[in-house]
Amino acid sequence: MTDFADSNWEAVIGLEIHTQLSTRSKIFSGASTQFGAAPNTQACAIDLGFPGVLPVVNQEVYRKAVAFGLGIGATIGLTSVFDRKNYFYPDLPKGYQITQLEAPIVMGGTVDITLEDSSQKTIRVTRAHLEEDAGKSLHEDFHGQTGIDLNRAGTPLLEIVSEPDMSSAEEAVAYARYIHQLVTFLGVSDGDMSQGSLRCDANVSVRPKGSTELGTRTETKNVNSFRFLERAINHEIERQIRVIESGGRVIQETRLYDPDKDETRPMRSKETATDYRYFPEPDLLPVEIDEAYIQQVREQMPELPAAKAARYVSEFELPEADARVLSSERQLASYFEQVVELSGDAKLASNWVRVELLGQLNKDGVEISDAPITPAALGTLIARIREGRISGKIAKTVFEALWSGAASDPDSYIEAEGLVQVSDSGSLEPVIDAIIAANPKQVEQLREGKGKLMGFFVGQVMKETGGKANPQQVNDLISKKLGL
Amino acid sequence: MSELHELSLTEQLTGLAAGEFSATELTRHYLSRIERLDPALNSYITVCQDTALAAAAEQDALRAVGHAGPLAGIPIAHKDIFCTQGIRTSAGSRMLDNFIPPYSATVVEKLTAAGAVVLGKTNMDEFAMGSSNENSFYGAVKNPWSPDCVPGGSSGGSAATVAARLCTVATGTDTGGSIRQPAAFCGITGIKPTYGRVSRWGIIAYASSLDQAGAMGRSAEDAAHLLEAMAGFDERDSTSVMDAGPDFTSLLTADISGKKIGICRTYFNAGLNPAVEAAVMSAAKQLEALGATLVDVELTMADHAIPAYYIIAPAEASANLSRYDGVRFGHRCDNPADIDDLYKRSRAEGFGKEVKSRIMVGSFALSAGYYDAYYRKAQQIRRLIKEDFLQAFQQVDYILGPTTPGPAFAIGEMVDDQVAMYLQDIYTIAVNLAGLPAISIPAGFTGGLPIGMQLIGRHLDEAGLLNIAHRYQQVTDWHRQGPALEQEANHD
Repeated sequence: MTDFADSNWEAVIGLEIHTQLSTRSKIFSGASTQFGAAPNTQACAIDLGFPGVLPVVNQEVYRKAVAFGLGIGATIGLTSVFDRKNYFYPDLPKGYQITQLEAPIVMGGTVDITLEDSSQKTIRVTRAHLEEDAGKSLHEDFHGQTGIDLNRAGTPLLEIVSEPDMSSAEEAVAYARYIHQLVTFLGVSDGDMSQGSLRCDANVSVRPKGSTELGTRTETKNVNSFRFLERAINHEIERQIRVIESGGRVIQETRLYDPDKDETRPMRSKETATDYRYFPEPDLLPVEIDEAYIQQVREQMPELPAAKAARYVSEFELPEADARVLSSERQLASYFEQVVELSGDAKLASNWVRVELLGQLNKDGVEISDAPITPAALGTLIARIREGRISGKIAKTVFEALWSGAASDPDSYIEAEGLVQVSDSGSLEPVIDAIIAANPKQVEQLREGKGKLMGFFVGQVMKETGGKANPQQVNDLISKKLGL
Repeated sequence: MSELHELSLTEQLTGLAAGEFSATELTRHYLSRIERLDPALNSYITVCQDTALAAAAEQDALRAVGHAGPLAGIPIAHKDIFCTQGIRTSAGSRMLDNFIPPYSATVVEKLTAAGAVVLGKTNMDEFAMGSSNENSFYGAVKNPWSPDCVPGGSSGGSAATVAARLCTVATGTDTGGSIRQPAAFCGITGIKPTYGRVSRWGIIAYASSLDQAGAMGRSAEDAAHLLEAMAGFDERDSTSVMDAGPDFTSLLTADISGKKIGICRTYFNAGLNPAVEAAVMSAAKQLEALGATLVDVELTMADHAIPAYYIIAPAEASANLSRYDGVRFGHRCDNPADIDDLYKRSRAEGFGKEVKSRIMVGSFALSAGYYDAYYRKAQQIRRLIKEDFLQAFQQVDYILGPTTPGPAFAIGEMVDDQVAMYLQDIYTIAVNLAGLPAISIPAGFTGGLPIGMQLIGRHLDEAGLLNIAHRYQQVTDWHRQGPALEQEANHD
C-alpha cells in the first residue's frame, strides 16, 4: 500500500516518545499513580495546583531516568534543572507544566535497530527529560461542557526525543519497539500502551530523494500503538507527497491520528506558535547527580536484551533467532533462565519455553506473568525428561495437566498417574516378544533391511505400554532379539 | 499590673504561667479590642472569634495538666496569605474571596503546635503586591499612628494590628520589603529571615525565589520568640534550608562589642528624608556606644536592585498566578460562553489592577525574543548583587541603613505614581535578591510617625540580627511607644 519507496521522494522522521515512569507515587506529590481509579480520586492538592502548595521531586524518577540514559549510552546531566512551561489548558492545573528545557537529565545516546531484512541502523537520541503529565479532558457525557479528570496530572514522564534519523515507518516502529523493550526491561516503565504508558509523537517531512534540505514537518500526536504508528506515518508521508505533487505546500502543524478513520487531521497550527515563556522552576533547586550515584544505578541495572541474546548464543549455544526471542522481554528471559537453572539443559529449556509455553500463552491470550506453569514446574519436568524418567511424549501430557490445573507438581503427578518410563527389560521383553510373534511379515521385511520398519515396532511397543517405555531401550531390545 | 495588651510576649507567657490570667481572658481581651478598634483600622480581613476562644480554652486545659508549648496561649494573627485549614484565605484578592483551604501552611501548623491562639487573618496588598496596603480587595488599612496614612505593605494589616495592640505578634511575608517596610511605617520590629529559613509550604506564592515568611512584633525579643517557633527545615519545601533547629532567643542579650557594623554611603542619598537619616545615624552612634565598631562599606550594585526585582518578581508571579483560572477554585465568572471566555472574565474580574499589571510585565519579560534582554539579564544582576553583599560581609558583620526613604505617606498619595511607589522598597529589595536576613527596628519619630532602620546580616545570621536589635532596644524606648487609639475611639 505504501509505494512511496519507489517514488522520487524520501521521508525524514523523528520521534518524541513519552513514557510513563512506573513509580508508585507522582513526580511531585505523594498521590498514587495507579491507573483506572474513579476520576479525580488520585489527585491531591499539589496535583490540583492549589494555592500555596509546592512540588517535591520523587527521587525514584532520577534513578529511572539515569538507568534509561545508561541503557542507550547517553551522557547523564550532572546538574538537572526543572523549568516551567507556561500555557493555559483546563487539564493543566497550575497553568504551567514542570519540565526540563535547558538542562535535561539525559543527553545523546544511540539505539541500534534491526529491520525485517536483518539490516541494522543506528538512530541517535537527542535527549530525554523528566516532566509531569497533564490531566485528561473528557468531552462525552457532559452535555456540551468538558469534564476534567486530574488523576493523571503529575504522573512522571520521561520524554525521549530522537534525531530525525529514520526514513520509513518500519524504521520508526523498530525504534519505538526498541525503546519500549528497553524501558520495560529496565523497569523504567510498565510499557502498557493501552494505558498510555508509552505514547509517540511523530515528526514527519518529505523531500526529493537525495536532497539534503529538510522539508516542512508536521507533528502527529499521541499515537498509542505500534500498528497505529506505522499507519499514521505512512498516511502522513503519502499525504505530504500528494500535497506537494499537486502544487501545494506542507503547513507546519500538529496533527492527530484517528485510528477509526485511519487518517491524520490538523489539530492546531504551529505557525501561530504558542510562546511557552519557559523559565527555571523556582520552587525546585537544581539537583546535582554525582558519578557515585550513576555507578550505583549502573550496578543495579539488569542485563539488557542485546547482551542477554549474545550470552544465550555463547553460553547456551542457542541459535541467534531463538536467543533473540527468549531475551526480548524481561519476564520471559527471567522465566527461561530459571528453567535452564532447574533443568540443567538450555536447549531443551529453549524448546519447551519457545514452543510449548509461548504456544499455549498465545493460544490462551495469557501474559507470561500469569502463566499457570511456574518456571520451577517446567524446570522439573524437563529435568525428568533429561534423566530418562519420562518420555518427551509423556512430558507433554504432564505439561497439559499442569496448564489446566489438573496437576500442581510434576513429580507427584507422574507418580500418581504411573507415568514413569519403563526401562526395566524384564517387563518390556514379554511385550516385545508378543509383538514380534504377531507380525511375522514385518519382521521379515525388517530383517531384509527395511530399517523404516523399526519405527513401526517401537510404536507398537509404546502403544502397548501406554507411552511409558523408553523408546531407545525398545529399539535396542528389538535389534538384539532379531539379531540386527 | 498594666493592661494585658501592653504586656510583651514574654511578660504574657510569665503571667499565663503564674496563673495571673488565662489564655481565655487574654484572647477575650484582644477580641474585644479588635471589635472596638479595628473597624477604624481595617487590619483584619477575618476575625476568628469562635476558633480563637476554643483554642484558648484548649491551651488553658493543656497548661493545667502541665503541657504548655513555647507560645501557649499567646494571641497571634496570620497574614491572610498563610493557608489556614477551614478558614478563608484570600491573599487580599477577590479571586480567593471564597477560598477555604483544606490544609494549613507549615508556619500555621508549627505555631498552633507551639500553643499560639490565632485571632484572625490580617489584611494585605493583593497577592502581596504593593507597598501601601491600598491594593486590597478588602479596602485599605489605616496606619494606627495616623488614620490618613498608609501602614505600608504588603504585610500592612499585620504591622498595623501589632502596632495597635490588636494581637501580641503577627506573621508576615516579605518578597521585596513586605515585612520591613510596614514594620518601619507602623513603629514595630519585623524580621525577614534568610531565604529558606521558614517553610513556604502553604503560603500563597507571589515570587517563589524571593518570598520568605517572617515575624512581626513590638520588640526584637517578641519577634525572636515567634520566629523560633516558625522556622526550621520542612521536607515539603524543596528550597527549605537544612538546619539543626533554630535558636534565636538564647543569644538575645549577648555582648555586641567588637561587632563590625557597616554603614553604606549609597543608602544615604538624595532621596532620603533628613529626619530618617538623622535617626539612623543617631542609632549608629548608640550601637557604637554599646561596643560595636562602625565601618564604611560600599554596595556598588544597590541601584540595580529595583529594576532587577521588577523583572524577576513579576516573571515568577505571572506563572504562579496562572492557576487562578476559574476552573477548580476561586472566582469564576457567571455563564462562561467557552473556555477562553471563562479564563478571560474570571481573571479580569478576580484580579485587581496592580496584579494584572505585574502579570503583564512578567509575561512580557519571559516572552520569546525578550527573555535574554530582561529575565536573563535580571538574573545576572541578581548574582552580582549577591556577590556585592558577600564582598561587604568580608569586611563587616552587619550593614545598617534606613528601612524606607521616609515615614508613612498619605493614603492615595502615590496611587498614580507607580515608580515612586516602587522606590519605597529601594533599601529592602536587594536583600531579597541576595536571600539574606534583615530586620527593621523602630529608631525614632518624625511628625508623629515612626521611623525604621534596617540591619542586614549574613546568610543564616538571624540570631545576630536579633541580638543587636535587642541590645539596642534595651537602651532605647522607641519600640515601647504606642499610638493613641483609645482616645480616638473614645472621641467617636
